[in-house]
Amino acid sequence: MSDALEPTRERERERPWPKLLARPSVPMPRPGVPRAAEPIARGSEWTLSTLEKFDVALLRHAQRLGLDTFPTQYELITADQMIDLCSTVGMPVHYAHWSFGKQLLSQERGYRKGLSGLAYEIVINTDPSLAYLMETNTLALQVLVMAHAGYGHNAFFKSNYLFRQFTQPDAILDYLKFARGFVQECEERYGWPEVEKILDSCHALAAYGVDRYRRPSRLSPRRERERLRERLRFAEQHYKPDFAHLDAPAPSGEEIPAIFEPQENLLYFIEKSAPKLAAWQRELVRIVRKVAQYFYPQRLTKVANEGAATFWHYTLLHELYDAGEVDDGFMLEWLANHSDVVAQPAFDSRGFRGINPYALGFAIYRDIRRVCEQPTDEDRQCFPQLAGTPWNEAIYFAMANFKDDSLIEQYLSPKVIRDLRLFLLHDGEDDRRHYHVQAIHNEDGYVKLRQALAAQYRLEYHTPSIVVARAGDDNERALLLQHRVERGRLLETDTTEAVLKFVKELWKFDVVLEEIDPEGNRLKIHRT
Amino acid sequence: MSDRVGIRYMRIVDRRIDPQGRGAVNRERFIRRFKGEIKRAADEEFSKRSITDVGRGGRITIPGRGLAEPHLTHDDDTGGREFVVPGNREFLPGDKLPRPDDAGAGEGDGDEAGEGEGRDSFAFVLSREEFLALFFDDLELPNLERTRFGEVTMERVQRAGYTRDGLPLSLLPALTVRMSIARRIALRGSIDDQIEELEREREEAGADRRAQIDEDIARLRVRRETLPFLEDVDRRYRARVPRPAPAARAVMLCLMDVSGSMDERKKDLAKRFFVLLYLFLERKYGGVDVVFIRHTEQAEEVDEQRFFNDPQTGGTLVRPALELANRVIDTRYGGPDWNVYVAQASDGDCTSEDGRLSAAFVNDVMLPKVRYFAYVDIPSSSGWFNRPSDLWQSYDAIEDSGFARRSVRGRSDIWPVFRELFSRKQAA
Repeated sequence: MSDALEPTRERERERPWPKLLARPSVPMPRPGVPRAAEPIARGSEWTLSTLEKFDVALLRHAQRLGLDTFPTQYELITADQMIDLCSTVGMPVHYAHWSFGKQLLSQERGYRKGLSGLAYEIVINTDPSLAYLMETNTLALQVLVMAHAGYGHNAFFKSNYLFRQFTQPDAILDYLKFARGFVQECEERYGWPEVEKILDSCHALAAYGVDRYRRPSRLSPRRERERLRERLRFAEQHYKPDFAHLDAPAPSGEEIPAIFEPQENLLYFIEKSAPKLAAWQRELVRIVRKVAQYFYPQRLTKVANEGAATFWHYTLLHELYDAGEVDDGFMLEWLANHSDVVAQPAFDSRGFRGINPYALGFAIYRDIRRVCEQPTDEDRQCFPQLAGTPWNEAIYFAMANFKDDSLIEQYLSPKVIRDLRLFLLHDGEDDRRHYHVQAIHNEDGYVKLRQALAAQYRLEYHTPSIVVARAGDDNERALLLQHRVERGRLLETDTTEAVLKFVKELWKFDVVLEEIDPEGNRLKIHRT
Repeated sequence: MSDRVGIRYMRIVDRRIDPQGRGAVNRERFIRRFKGEIKRAADEEFSKRSITDVGRGGRITIPGRGLAEPHLTHDDDTGGREFVVPGNREFLPGDKLPRPDDAGAGEGDGDEAGEGEGRDSFAFVLSREEFLALFFDDLELPNLERTRFGEVTMERVQRAGYTRDGLPLSLLPALTVRMSIARRIALRGSIDDQIEELEREREEAGADRRAQIDEDIARLRVRRETLPFLEDVDRRYRARVPRPAPAARAVMLCLMDVSGSMDERKKDLAKRFFVLLYLFLERKYGGVDVVFIRHTEQAEEVDEQRFFNDPQTGGTLVRPALELANRVIDTRYGGPDWNVYVAQASDGDCTSEDGRLSAAFVNDVMLPKVRYFAYVDIPSSSGWFNRPSDLWQSYDAIEDSGFARRSVRGRSDIWPVFRELFSRKQAA
């Protein structure tokens, strides 16, 4: 490995880099040096066969570097198909729902008016992995997408512990097909307004439909279908209005256990315990829950996933260049797109939309490589385990074993903090008119910044943690939810009330949400 | 790792040829869900349009209230929090910077900032089809006798399983061969039974009887091998039986006055009305015939293009147009199979004699044949007192539930009048 990279170090050139820009850590080849091979293709046009040649070349480089991926199937699609795909969270099959239509309409309008471009790439965590290439892309973009999605994301899906643990890439598409069929059948049987009511309610709670710590049971559309058919058939065959109350499942254990364990998976709880849901309604809840569970790792690994994919397309395309398989024009073209993608506008500029996960992730992974290859004294102090080790091993380890918050906590180096010029703001009750700067990129600030940024990517930072605290004693049947308040951050009143209405739609009886601080004091109560 | 190279397969699949519009389902669901809002917006949009644009799709903006999909979020005005942002240039620890009013939109996770745009209004583009579907949603050809069975029926041939005889054209080869195979299997089985029985008999029989039996067996064997491949009984045909079906065939006759007294404004209004009518028919009833008749003092039948675009001037006589329409009905759309509709647009200028005759003609000759006669009156705007037009007055004489008339004075009247004339009514 290091043999291949050794000579490039000598080829580094001194360039007057602008002050704020970091010098590229991947060494640039010297122009004018004879290249190893002829470019695979020139110009911006592509055909299926050139794309295949590029894929072969990418695969060769990826394997040389030891990248482990699922096989990828690339699908060539039109812009319209891309819009369709984007509207259903990238899945080629999904059940029908108006919210996807809303996505579709707004994206379509944005695209037609030229307000927004389309996603360059969509990749789906399936086995084989599906990556979409849009026909309007130029050659350089297609290869960029192939490297990014087909190798970067793909390898991340295959290696990261969360994806290994929480998703079954081989089963998801079949499951979604089953879900689509089931939703359709329900619409025919019970009418779309009914189905929509349930789905709307579940969507509002989708974030609370996941097992956070337990590996979910395997998805198997066939088994689901059988289980369901059995359940519905039984209900229909045995339905006698006079005796219906006898058929209702007996309360488990005869009496409600004295200690109710708080439950974090709200939708699971509703599916199993909501008193008045019909079998098919429970099934809809289950579908939304399963889909949410599938996307759960993606919510946790935005930075890590996009960072890895970006790092790998950057690395692989440079490998192509070093091998002489692409020409300068090709490089300039994709680099322009690349730099758009990883741009990080400053907090006070118009384009600022929070921290760009591509920029942050790319910076972190690239810095891991730099620390491995060219450690400074500071790096030796911060990352003694990395300095001087083979960079690809270090990258694989980082891809496989971390999610966003832990990745940041482990790998956010002082150099990245300096490059991005991160600083820490405090927004507190004592002064609502100002943010207070608490740390900047200096010796005192690095640790604080690293911890604060990691905390910011924890799920609880964005998604308030809600648990089912008590449900359905015999008299009231009210559902009691609790929000564990951290640092006095309460829930927003309007949206909370709207969401509680949805919960009530499923629970059918009153729903109460209390906000409890760590000492157990009740701070606020929301009721339906 | 390297063994993966061995199992590479064709990894690029061209999906561009797949049927488009997978998202159409969700799109339709969205429109269905927010029909009320979208319709209101579409109606508004429609009144702003010029005639040539009527049938086009367009941008619609609806209030974003119902569209929000709420999720639980923190209230940023409570409690304390820390967050990291990039791009520090001048701040040191301990500095303060002003907090923006809409705190939360500017920081944190990018997704949430994007959601904000849906709050007050939601804009999107409807296709031509969707646009028209919304317009004509609750409109219907009045009195369309689709439901009254018995009276206006025609026969429609329908498939009804298989029969043993029929036209060679409707022979079902696959099924026929299947029947033939079944027949041969059945016959062979019974022959085998006979042979078996004879063989058993042969064991015990005497010599001469045995010769007889051998002969029988040989004959049966030959028969078994030479069963005919196809016999008449094998043939199966598609059965088609006639069923009475209600006639829903319809024709619309559009009559327009293009005489000199119809100035550009009036013609424009009349055309708008007819364009609307035409779009409505085209959309709602794929199979509706439309006949265009324009008249000055003579009437002529023209095609759609000339009806809407060809300028012409002259005097006015209404009756010839009605007579031509009547002739068209008699020759082409007579009989109980057809639902006939007439829409007439005119400024109502005519001689009193012509008006009287026309009204009588409509009342006596045409109304018995047609389901609905709609008259759109476009009076002169120059007149400073509102006198009903001559034709309008003449038509006062007509009293029939199948006759309706409305007056259109300006562009904004067209749509309401159209709706009124064609709004869905309970079947009387």
